[in-house]
Amino acid sequence: MTVTRAEYCVIACAEAWRGAGEILASPMGLIPSIGARLARHTFAPDLLLTDGEAMLVGPDGTVEGWLPYRQHLALVTGGRRHVMMGASQIDRYGNQNISCIGDWSKPRRQLLGVRGAPVNTLNNPTSYWVPRHSRRVFVEKVDMVCGVGYDRAAGARHHRVPRVVTDLGVLDFATPDHAMRLASLHPGVTVEQVREATGFELAVPDEVPYTREPTPQELELIREVLDPVGARLREVGA
Amino acid sequence: MSDKTMTAEEVVSRLESGMTLGIGGWGSRRKPMALVRALLRSEIRDLTLVSYGGPDVGMLAAAGRVRRLVTAFVTLDSIPLEPHYRAARESGAFELTEIDEAMFMWGLHAAANRLPFLPVRAGIGSDVMRVNPGLRTVTSPYDDGETFVAVPALRMDAALVHLGRADRQGNGQCLGPDPYFDDLFCEAADTAYLSCERIVDTAELTKEAPPQTLLIKRHTVTGVVEAPGGAHFTSCAPDYGRDEDFQRQYATTPWADFAGRFLDGDEQRYQSAVRAWSEERS
Repeated sequence: MTVTRAEYCVIACAEAWRGAGEILASPMGLIPSIGARLARHTFAPDLLLTDGEAMLVGPDGTVEGWLPYRQHLALVTGGRRHVMMGASQIDRYGNQNISCIGDWSKPRRQLLGVRGAPVNTLNNPTSYWVPRHSRRVFVEKVDMVCGVGYDRAAGARHHRVPRVVTDLGVLDFATPDHAMRLASLHPGVTVEQVREATGFELAVPDEVPYTREPTPQELELIREVLDPVGARLREVGA
Repeated sequence: MSDKTMTAEEVVSRLESGMTLGIGGWGSRRKPMALVRALLRSEIRDLTLVSYGGPDVGMLAAAGRVRRLVTAFVTLDSIPLEPHYRAARESGAFELTEIDEAMFMWGLHAAANRLPFLPVRAGIGSDVMRVNPGLRTVTSPYDDGETFVAVPALRMDAALVHLGRADRQGNGQCLGPDPYFDDLFCEAADTAYLSCERIVDTAELTKEAPPQTLLIKRHTVTGVVEAPGGAHFTSCAPDYGRDEDFQRQYATTPWADFAGRFLDGDEQRYQSAVRAWSEERS
């Protein structure tokens, strides 16, 4: 059976937590959640995961700990966490916006608010998940900086934005000035497509690898255990 | 020991326009909605709300009662964007103090500990600094020399929270998985009003539940209100989950129509209007 785009996205999200050790994985959104649980099931067995509320749970849902919001926010500042947040807008240095579109003082569209993006980005690795890679999201300048990017973090000691996963590929900031770079393409996507969907000039290496293939075991886990109803296809279509 | 039981109307009679009100819970979870509904029946306005916002903020903003909101987000959880809040915000109906979730928490801690501020590693580099020009920073006096945001104390005139159980003296019990910040709200406010699903004898509180469930201590509570279903339509685990159908109805109905049908009378009227609505649908 052919691997779907949504499944490459799951793999690309899961890879964010490779080698992370015994830390909390905080995925926001469906595909990052499947990815984190896949990592926990396979190559990152020490990860901690929540049930989306106050419980830390094992892969089968067994409660192993208690993490109410106040402890969760304290855990953030301890740094033992890698969060994958959404982004309504993101720029070339990884500044992220989920607060509002337009002038903050009277926004054209009110969104969620800054939430924990400011504290996340100064304290623990913060990656992003964008289910529809487009010029509306990848902008020259975000309207309200919630998550802090590399240019504005000014070398803050715990600041790190490891990756941005989209429906087209994986981006990172592994360039001399930490400008966004195309790190991998999901099979079936071209460099041109990514450039076309990005509202700023993207660093593109001469050779762009493809996002890795899932193993047969990973595919089975995704399809039979983690998302048997195929909800992932609602977040990223074929 | 004093009996602090009162009605939601009595709580509201002690509140005034222009006050700073803290509201417990988180998003669309364990919000003191019966107290919010009582507030909506009053003439109180020009409020400064301090809340991890949900429909409490949506309703009070839609009703034009809010002068300023202090928050990190407003959401209905299963419906990410709160439509009535959005509409009010996009029309410029109130002023916003937008801070990070952790800044908010440390602001409550500062107020509860009678400190003017607490240093927090959050906000710097973000536009939270731009939209809050009054925020100051503080530099570590030790060798590291790091600069932090000095989050000011979030001191409030009154706090409103809702829990599962309480006794008549104001000892509050949280039987759900997350206490959120309700005890901190009570400690950070000059007065605090606790509504609960059921008022029980003090001895009853620890009969079947461990002592760690005793979240709120009576010395931080001014009044106790028995309000079964008082968090509806937000969740109040383990007594009940969120009423998703009704929340969807709230989110998709123009505010005036919603308020006209459900918020026209007292709490009893509200509950029976909700029952009638749900019977109509089944």
